[in-house]
Amino acid sequence: MGNRKQLEIITESAIEWLIRICGISAILFVFGIFFFVFREGAEFLFGGLDLWQFLTSPEWYPTSVSQKRYGVLALMAGTASVTLLSMAIAVPFGLGAAIYVSEFCGPKAKETFKIVIELLAAIPSVVWGFIGLTLMNELIITLFDAPIGLTVLNGGIILALMSVPIIVSIGEDALKAVPDSYREAAEALGSTRWQMIYRVLLPAAKNGLLAAVLLGVARAVGETMAVLMATGHAVKIPGSVLDSVRTLTATIAAELGEAPVASDHYQVLFIIGILLFTITFAVNLIADLVVKGIKEQ
Amino acid sequence: MSNTTQAMYTETPFVRTKRRYQGLAKYIFMSMTLLMILPLILIVGYLFVKAAPVLSLDFIFTNPIRGMRDGGIWAALLGTIYLVVISLVTSAPIGVLAAVYLNEYAKDNWFTRIINLAVVNLAGVPSIVHALFGLGAFVLFAGMGRSIIAASLTLGIMTLPVIIASTKEALGAVPIAFREACWNVGATRWQTIRSIVLPNSISGILTGIILQVSRAAGETAPIMFTGAVFFKAIPEGDLLAYGIFDQCMALSMHLFTISTQVPNVPTALPYGTAVVLLGTVLLVNAVAIVLRVYLRSRKKW
Amino acid sequence: MSDAKKKKIEINNLVVKYEDKTALKGISFDVYENEILGVIGPAQSGKTSMLKVINRTIEFIPEAKAEGVVKVDGEDVMKMKNVYELRRKVGMVFPLPVGLPLSIYDNVAFAPRAAGIRNKTDLDELVERCLKQSALWDEVKDRLDSLGTKLSGGQQQRLTIARALSHQPEILCLDEFSIAVDPVTTMRIEDVLKELRSEMTIILVTNLVQQARRLANRTAFIFNGDLIEIDDNDVIFSEKPAQKMTYDYVNGNFG
Repeated sequence: MGNRKQLEIITESAIEWLIRICGISAILFVFGIFFFVFREGAEFLFGGLDLWQFLTSPEWYPTSVSQKRYGVLALMAGTASVTLLSMAIAVPFGLGAAIYVSEFCGPKAKETFKIVIELLAAIPSVVWGFIGLTLMNELIITLFDAPIGLTVLNGGIILALMSVPIIVSIGEDALKAVPDSYREAAEALGSTRWQMIYRVLLPAAKNGLLAAVLLGVARAVGETMAVLMATGHAVKIPGSVLDSVRTLTATIAAELGEAPVASDHYQVLFIIGILLFTITFAVNLIADLVVKGIKEQ
Repeated sequence: MSNTTQAMYTETPFVRTKRRYQGLAKYIFMSMTLLMILPLILIVGYLFVKAAPVLSLDFIFTNPIRGMRDGGIWAALLGTIYLVVISLVTSAPIGVLAAVYLNEYAKDNWFTRIINLAVVNLAGVPSIVHALFGLGAFVLFAGMGRSIIAASLTLGIMTLPVIIASTKEALGAVPIAFREACWNVGATRWQTIRSIVLPNSISGILTGIILQVSRAAGETAPIMFTGAVFFKAIPEGDLLAYGIFDQCMALSMHLFTISTQVPNVPTALPYGTAVVLLGTVLLVNAVAIVLRVYLRSRKKW
Repeated sequence: MSDAKKKKIEINNLVVKYEDKTALKGISFDVYENEILGVIGPAQSGKTSMLKVINRTIEFIPEAKAEGVVKVDGEDVMKMKNVYELRRKVGMVFPLPVGLPLSIYDNVAFAPRAAGIRNKTDLDELVERCLKQSALWDEVKDRLDSLGTKLSGGQQQRLTIARALSHQPEILCLDEFSIAVDPVTTMRIEDVLKELRSEMTIILVTNLVQQARRLANRTAFIFNGDLIEIDDNDVIFSEKPAQKMTYDYVNGNFG
């Protein structure tokens, strides 16, 4: 029965090679991203940029005529403040919703909630930014009698709404991974659903829930358009949630268009890119290791 | 915890407190869930109300005029379609094949673990870093200039890890026993994949790809510096108005532009743009969800 | 059995190890052409691993390692270049029936198509013959287009057998095929096997001692990864097999 045509066999091995190359390409892309971002910023990173000043100075004056200063501390503070606030909102709500959807909902309601959460996740970041710019801006001005509504609070709420779907869906997966026998055992011992959740379920799922939070953080740190539009444009270390700030991502988006190619300013923006890449790489790596940890148990 | 059990014994105060906590917990969690869903409805509703004055078919099919302070969004909509289609044409085949490799061919060794790690990290790269990469690699290094092709490739790489992940999940749902049965009768790996694995996971794969349509359509940062421009004049009604080395307008970019960069834009205009963008994205998602539910109902085993 | 019989499969000192346990501890025996060899023994004694080495599907189990030599028609299977030809030469039927998510027709036509047969009349003929051989034809001849996965368990097992026959194997291995099948279907399949004996070599791994007694020419008793005894049925099922253990197992004293 060896009557398969030669052509067929050759085609097949060609396809298998193609599949292999595509599989390996993922590595190439990650290295490619690092390489090309690094390549654009390398010259200034190794010649001219005072790295200590870069990381510790709050003075960001890239276009100053007399003395250009590239300190990203204020930008990092901007990113940190917005991320922290958004997590302060999104983590309890996200995990609460994950618990509700996973433990209290009937199958129909569960399906509906998951679809809604999926739709929530689909809203483009520029639309969120637009909502921050218009609706949230007005709301904050009226409610807090503030001069401007484009603040840490605004960005934090918007980012929270954007991160919640990730936290819910990954948190729900983590809860689903806890064997039903745990639940039954706890309920058979007479604990209420609530006791079962916080004595049995949460400890058992804690790694997965931690990973959910970490991925939420990564999303918030890396988000660009929404914070660009919703947090105002003040480069300063915020004193309250009603201050305007600027994040690392927003700075790149706002200034890359104006910076002449290969200028110091342009290169610094790429160095900020490397910084962002490194931060999110680390957070994602930790989240991945945490998730792997659960699977091996 | 049902009501019938209550009649069978008298509640001690302890039990009553316990039960009250349980009820309380349930309502707290429920309101948390609802508080997340509420914004979705409110926001969509709010946008629609504000956009109502401009929404019409004309709005979609005419170009922006008078310095983008009037007219419609045609050039931006068409640009978005170009970007999405080209990005998916490039990333979907690579993503699907990469997933086939990881799920069907790769042995469980350090190399495979590195690929999987790379996919996870690719998924976590911030969109603005993708923009920097696209600028460095496609626009400057490859000499494509700021163009539709450079922007599409940047978008494509951004959507790649998600396509890989969803395809892997779809392939993994095909029972291993089917593969073994094929191998046992002398079918090669590829024959098995082609005739059994892919036909039975294609619905899941398609759903994953469709979801990427909506993601690619909504992204702004990666295209800002690689191919999208504030304004470009194209003839109305011509579907082939852009060339792949042209720059283009895009809906997401257009919304950003008219809401932050252009003064004195009538309020309804950005709202209208936001509604069209959001509507497109949600519609595509809804299609994916319906497709998924429908295909799940007619599983073959 | 006379020694003049041609050796179809030669197994020499076969060892199969999984990560933490050894499934086969070095077994050796031959299988002759056109015989039914029964293989009996309790669960977990390495019978399935042995079959997987014969058609080299053991290599799909990453943690499994096989040593020793298994020859089919005098050729070492581990060194064969065209493993697909080997797998077509060996038909496999495993305990749980697997209907592929294809039509009944396509289930049976799958292997011939993979081997390059495209001619419609040839395929039609082949499908009909295989379904008849596996005693399924009468039940499905009017609905060859319906899904193989929607058949009942017993029907799916016969479909699996039809598929194993579709690539016209010279050796047919059945691994506890009757586990998921009702007694009536089992009897029908047993009748089929008796007819197939003239055309091919059959290895019948079974946990039913009586099934081996009814069908096999010779029977091998494997226990805990060791070959305890292999001989003609007259000896194995007599009052005096070579090993006391065989007698005890065959007569249900343990196992």
